Amino acid sequence: MTDPTTQAGAPAPAPRAGDERPGGVRERSIGRLGERKKARLEELAQASAEKGGVSLLRDALRRLRRNPVAIVGGTIVGLFILVAVFAPLIAPHDPVQRFAELTKTLTVDNIPGASAEHPLGSDPLGRDFLSRLIHGSRQTLFVGVLATLIGLALGVLLGVLAGAFGGWVDVVLMRLTDVMLALPSLLLAITLVAMVSKSSQWTVIFAVAIVNVPIFARLLRGSMLAQRESDHVLAARALGVKERNIVLRHMLPNSLTAVIVQATLTFAVAILDAAALSFLGLGDPDINRAEWGLMLGNDGVRYFEVRPELAYYPALAIVVVALGFTLLGEAMREAIDPKNRR
Amino acid sequence: MLRVIVRRLLQLVVTLIALSALVFVWLRNLPGGPIEALLGERATPERRALLVKALGYDQPILVQYAKFMQRLLTGDFGNSIRSGDPVTEVIGRAFPATIELGLAAMIIAVGLGVPLGYLAARWRGRSLDNLTIAGTLLGISIPIFFLGYLLKDIFTQNIHWFPPSGRLTTGLDNTNVTGFYVLDGLLTREFDASADALWHLILPAVTLATIPLAVIVRITRASVLDVLNEDYVRTAEAKGLRHRTIRGRHILRNALLPVVTIIGLQTGALLSGAVLTEKVYNWGGIGTLIVDSISGGRDYPVLQAIILLAALVFVVVNLLVDLSYAFIDPRVRVR
Repeated sequence: MTDPTTQAGAPAPAPRAGDERPGGVRERSIGRLGERKKARLEELAQASAEKGGVSLLRDALRRLRRNPVAIVGGTIVGLFILVAVFAPLIAPHDPVQRFAELTKTLTVDNIPGASAEHPLGSDPLGRDFLSRLIHGSRQTLFVGVLATLIGLALGVLLGVLAGAFGGWVDVVLMRLTDVMLALPSLLLAITLVAMVSKSSQWTVIFAVAIVNVPIFARLLRGSMLAQRESDHVLAARALGVKERNIVLRHMLPNSLTAVIVQATLTFAVAILDAAALSFLGLGDPDINRAEWGLMLGNDGVRYFEVRPELAYYPALAIVVVALGFTLLGEAMREAIDPKNRR
Repeated sequence: MLRVIVRRLLQLVVTLIALSALVFVWLRNLPGGPIEALLGERATPERRALLVKALGYDQPILVQYAKFMQRLLTGDFGNSIRSGDPVTEVIGRAFPATIELGLAAMIIAVGLGVPLGYLAARWRGRSLDNLTIAGTLLGISIPIFFLGYLLKDIFTQNIHWFPPSGRLTTGLDNTNVTGFYVLDGLLTREFDASADALWHLILPAVTLATIPLAVIVRITRASVLDVLNEDYVRTAEAKGLRHRTIRGRHILRNALLPVVTIIGLQTGALLSGAVLTEKVYNWGGIGTLIVDSISGGRDYPVLQAIILLAALVFVVVNLLVDLSYAFIDPRVRVR
């Protein structure tokens, strides 16, 4: 194959410092390219990659807007986030304040029910249950988002390293994910929490996050491997784009939609796992914290026979929100599936 | 085929060795160290020194690891801190209960899930399909321990169909042969014990089956839908084959391949779910053992053994599933 750029005739300028490995094939082929031409070609490659991404995204968004499943899921998720953000404005009372009128008649077998002042009654410590439930959306969002983001960040890092470098890095990292996947998810989370002497909100977040690391790692690795030999990456490589930039600018953006879909689905799993840890007595020990999983896993099941509402409401909240994220995630997955493209 | 088996086995061994190394490191880096975990509040410098020597913690780390592996391979996991009994005995007592529960749940999940998924695919877009999909979404979104309490409340408090907890009615005598109570009753011809055990088994099994059931229904449905569009199905129809033959030989057989993988992967969900379900129904299996080994002062030897056992079960089941492909799908055999 002849190289059309050799006819450009411009004297080969020295490659930019630190741009290439010295003496490699890359340096020689790039050396013949005019600097301006090279920049232009690179720009084109970038633009075409971005254009592809944008139109794909626009296409997916269009399909998403028409899908009733996505609308239902998106509405639930949107409302959930709104309630979480504006919780202090919506909630009638302070979620940690113990009310004298509630504690007055409160015993283990008699938890005050609904009244005009406290529409959902009291929790076992004489606090306003409705306010705790509303504030619970905040903590639940916090735990879910952080657990998902930490899992995503670590998983993406491992996946990119494995997929971009291949070779022994890939082998070692993938064996590591094998080991993590060899333990059923909740057992892995339990093991992680059991490693520290005292559980806190952060041990829960980290335990739930780590469980999802291998899933993100494998997703990214697969996507990286699939792209390694694709045309846009080959083109960028032929142009002498730094390997790091190929990975970060040309390969990673193409994997992001899949990562976002997985993250949406992971959020649902994360809040369910956090609830399970609370139920097992490995959750956040802070009695003031209002988080749905905690409310359900601790007081909810403990007082199930006295006042099942203490379990019903947080459980309902968890189910609805988990359902919302699952619906949205699946609709998104369907939307970006090339099989459904028209 | 043999080469595939050998390679998978090697991979499995590597994974398990890596896990055992991690467990070893984990045990050595416990908060306060393993000695503190063993001695608890009775730790005096003399006792500590004695135990360090007795457990060999004064030896080089690699020697310790070699000894640790040697003990593992001979099935010696040490003694439980809580009860003082050998760990193998403690686990041996609890294991059959969890296997019995897990098998029952899997029978429900597969027995109900595959037909439901198939029917949903056949009547795609009809009410049965929509209902099934809604059900599966609900199934994976509900915290299963809450579902357990809910079922327990409905079926033991409001309508007294099932017993609320345990594996047998207290006072009922059964001869313990295998530790699987339903089977024991059949083996020893104590049919009342068998029936009683089965009666106790149903609610926990249904609870535990929820998530695998939902997943199996979805995968079966998707898989059948894929196969329905294949050319060979159209060919078979064009040839005028009987619908029963097409359904059995062409559709189901091909659609089952992804389902079998998922069944293997659901072993993990079962083990996770068992921890929660057993706590709800006070079942007394491995799940209960984990919870007790953590909350009642951490019983590390027991935990370590459970972790390794769970991983072993999970990877072996998945290996068997992969190998079973060869029997379902001749194409795999050739490769």
